[in-house]
Amino acid sequence: MRGTGGRDVLITLVVAALLIWIMPTMIATYTLTVLVIYGMLGLSLGLIWGFGGILCFGQAAFFGLGAYTYAIAAINIGESTVPMILAVLVPALFAAILGAIMFYGRLMDVYLGVITLVVTLILFKFVNTTAGPQYVIGKARIGGYNGIPGFQTLNVPGDPGAYIWGDPFYYVCAVALVIVFLLVTWLLRSSFGRIAVGIRENEVRMALLGYDVAARKTVLFTIGAAIAGLSGALFANWSEIVTPSLFSLSQSAEIIIWCIVGGLGTRLGPILGAAGLAYLKFMLGQQSMIDNTLITGLILVLFVLFLPRGLVPAVATLWGRIVVGTRRRTQPRTMRRTRHG
Amino acid sequence: MDLSFVILVEVLYAVASLVLISAGLAVVFGMMKVINLAHGEFMMMGGYATITAANLGINVFVAMLVIAPLVVGLIGLVVERLVIRHLYGRLVDTMLATWGLSLMFIGLATMIFGNTTTGISTPITGFTVGDYQINGYNFFIIVVSVVLVLCMLAVLKGTRAGLIARGTMQRSDMAAALGYSPDRIYMATFFCGSALSGLAGAVLAPLVGLVPTSGGAYIAKAFITVIAGGPSLIAGLVSSATSFGLVSQIFTFTISPVIGEVVLLVAAVIVLRLMPQGITGRFFRGKL
Amino acid sequence: MSLNRREFLGRSAALTTASLLPYAAYAADTIKLGSVLDTSGIFDAYGKPMDQAMRLALKQINDTGGLLDRQVELMAYDTQSDMALYSQYAQQLTRQDQVDVVHGGILSASREAIRQTMRKSNTLYFYNVQYEGGVCDRNIFVTGVTPAQQVAVLVPYAMKKSGPKVHILAADYNYGQITARWIKKFVEDNGGEVVGTDFFPLDVSDFGSTITKIQQTAPDLVVAPLVGGAHLSFFRQWAAAGMKDRIPLASTTMGVGNEHKVLTPEEGNGIMVAYNYSQELDTEANRVFKDKWQAEYGDTTAIHELAVSTYQGILLWAEGVRQAGSVEHDAVVEALETGISIDGPAGKVTLDPQTHHATLDVHIMEFEDQGMTVIETLQQIAPVDTQAVCNLQENPDDNQQYEIQI
Repeated sequence: MRGTGGRDVLITLVVAALLIWIMPTMIATYTLTVLVIYGMLGLSLGLIWGFGGILCFGQAAFFGLGAYTYAIAAINIGESTVPMILAVLVPALFAAILGAIMFYGRLMDVYLGVITLVVTLILFKFVNTTAGPQYVIGKARIGGYNGIPGFQTLNVPGDPGAYIWGDPFYYVCAVALVIVFLLVTWLLRSSFGRIAVGIRENEVRMALLGYDVAARKTVLFTIGAAIAGLSGALFANWSEIVTPSLFSLSQSAEIIIWCIVGGLGTRLGPILGAAGLAYLKFMLGQQSMIDNTLITGLILVLFVLFLPRGLVPAVATLWGRIVVGTRRRTQPRTMRRTRHG
Repeated sequence: MDLSFVILVEVLYAVASLVLISAGLAVVFGMMKVINLAHGEFMMMGGYATITAANLGINVFVAMLVIAPLVVGLIGLVVERLVIRHLYGRLVDTMLATWGLSLMFIGLATMIFGNTTTGISTPITGFTVGDYQINGYNFFIIVVSVVLVLCMLAVLKGTRAGLIARGTMQRSDMAAALGYSPDRIYMATFFCGSALSGLAGAVLAPLVGLVPTSGGAYIAKAFITVIAGGPSLIAGLVSSATSFGLVSQIFTFTISPVIGEVVLLVAAVIVLRLMPQGITGRFFRGKL
Repeated sequence: MSLNRREFLGRSAALTTASLLPYAAYAADTIKLGSVLDTSGIFDAYGKPMDQAMRLALKQINDTGGLLDRQVELMAYDTQSDMALYSQYAQQLTRQDQVDVVHGGILSASREAIRQTMRKSNTLYFYNVQYEGGVCDRNIFVTGVTPAQQVAVLVPYAMKKSGPKVHILAADYNYGQITARWIKKFVEDNGGEVVGTDFFPLDVSDFGSTITKIQQTAPDLVVAPLVGGAHLSFFRQWAAAGMKDRIPLASTTMGVGNEHKVLTPEEGNGIMVAYNYSQELDTEANRVFKDKWQAEYGDTTAIHELAVSTYQGILLWAEGVRQAGSVEHDAVVEALETGISIDGPAGKVTLDPQTHHATLDVHIMEFEDQGMTVIETLQQIAPVDTQAVCNLQENPDDNQQYEIQI
């Protein structure tokens, strides 16, 4: 496993470097940047849902929390390094508390969904009512429905005047995604990741084997939130404004759709699903023949009915059948589910 | 004195409207363990059906109480045959599929009706209690939801169809062995659930300005009410609607409507944390 | 003009209005106008007529020989009521399409999402919407009305008709909060008293308890700057409770997106508003405008305040370009700062050099059978709220949105 791990890292790096180099020739870097950020957001849910079996209806809450934390901290501090770190820590802390409440209370599937959904709604409603001048954190007005514009954007650490924006910002985001991707890979191959998948497959069995299921789920949930928070902070830097719609249910819905379309139980699926669907949405904005919501909905229904495992596993299975035949090494990752369970 | 009467009516109205908007979802979830996230859009379509019918010159009460439930029920039937039927027993997948359906319905309604707000005016005039004016339509909503709950009780307890439905709900394999096709029972249940959603949307339509995205305002509330209610269909619905309606109205009056809404959500989180199986998972066990 | 591979793919991906090859051939000869508006999604009731008005204005300019003997080419993007898409398309317009001017943005949040992009890239920006006031930036021109322009005329009129005790119900966001403060100021200036103020997030649609609360404060007048479809329910529930004949209503927002056409006459009649435009405006300019609209789209019911603001915004920009004799950024801004004015469908509109906001006519109106009947016209009201905080003549590098303290 060790040797192949090293080879996988190498392959990931080479492929990623090629993509980072080639993609800007096809899509404008500005659009590409947000696709990368959404990819990271997709990965965050893909990790906790696909590998931990935690269906979170409120991943947008951590995304929005990351973005808002960044914006508020950046206004108060005026330099982007500490805000970036805070934007990862605050959602992670929030998730740790929320996760502990839910998992130690032994909440399962639908009930978990309701709680995460409700918490997102509360945040959304709260942020929406902060238009008045009394809602201030330090120097930053929360601003309610209109959000917070005009904060310090990403700069070279230690030098607030040296902004990172445009093409360099794209490279920063892309490299961040690769690093997060590698960390997630490493996490899943560690014993922690294997136990997490075990919990997904059979929680009672893992508990009886002596693992502290609630603690492990809480940690995984927290890691997912930290990644979502990081993508939120990058998003805030990209759009240069944060608004409550980041917390909205439709944002949460989109993340779930990305994972379904891309493929659950894979690392690549949610990233590709996010980037692909976000690009589709961008393209659809340039036509007015068919309502875009209709198309998004149709895609989701068709995928649930006909391709419930998503694109990446389906393509990988097909690939495995056609090209590689019986060689087990290139079997898609979801195939391991049977071995873990 | 007048004021306390007015407040009492407002509280009853809040409870009644929670019952109304959750009933369709509760039937589908309670009987079939399917969470229909397109519930809000079924309500929205009920509203549009009413407005369209009323604009064609049909009596508004006929449009609300007959046409809208039928239209939405039929749409529900089509949805069940085409989509839901393939997903029974896969809770998460049905949620996602119905979520997709809800987006599709929003898109379709936008293409057909446009995004402008439409509506019809309230068919019942307001009346005076002492120094206060009350919206007479509130009483109509209270009456409709009381009748609705009584009807559901009567059908489930008193009729053979209700007995079969309850049997299927508990042990569908046994019901099948006794010669009742679960497939057809599920189909009928989904039709009823959709019709109830349509009815709720229709009855609430005169109070609100309707847009294709209106459904989103209801789904979260309905979802929370039903899940917090727990496994018993009617007892769960009524008990959670009463507690949430009461709590949110108290805060609405003492502080503001927004705080009322937030308190409702916080109450839901607390209820689910303390009673992970919902209210009727702990109390009223085994009741309907 | 050479196209490299990246631009080529970017453009073909963008499916811009012109087909690719002719575009490359005549791009140098056209003036490029960029537009970002929500023509789908929840704000399309505002955005669609604005888009139509813009196309109408451009067609009119192009049919009469264009600007500076050049055709004006439109590059329009639908932002789908999604704030993230505003940033995205703004970048597209300024970096790839390199347009000469951008018109668009509906919500204040959408304007703030793209304003800095426009400023950084030195692209002239027109925001053609009624909003809360206070934006101070030499790169932007605003052609809509601001709260002080409306409230200063509406409140005295409404109070004269009803009485001194006023209850305010406002949408809970920037616009509503600021407007509520202006209402309070003008109520007190006119010797009245605000007996209650309530704010509602944009998704609140149940006003039952609020109506009870208002009856407890027993005001003579309710001023309701409520916004959007959900808030429309208030006017319906107010009428349903039988309050309409007891306490009169005034609003600074009702009808901006033609909401009054949704209410029945029984629900709407008598609500007092103040705007720059009404379809019922009895002027020659308005008749001509409506005829043109009729000829182009076949139906004039969609025209609303924001559409007319957009139309007037395009005309103002065109006038600026004509006077400057070029589309070069600084030249056009200087020309627009000469106190330039046009005669639009809603009367004379003048750009105020100090604030880059518009001085325009404001009409006091009442709803009557789903129309807005003009009661009184006040000529050339200046944007006094923004003037109080913003002076771009003295301070041309200013770049922020002031919160006006009253």
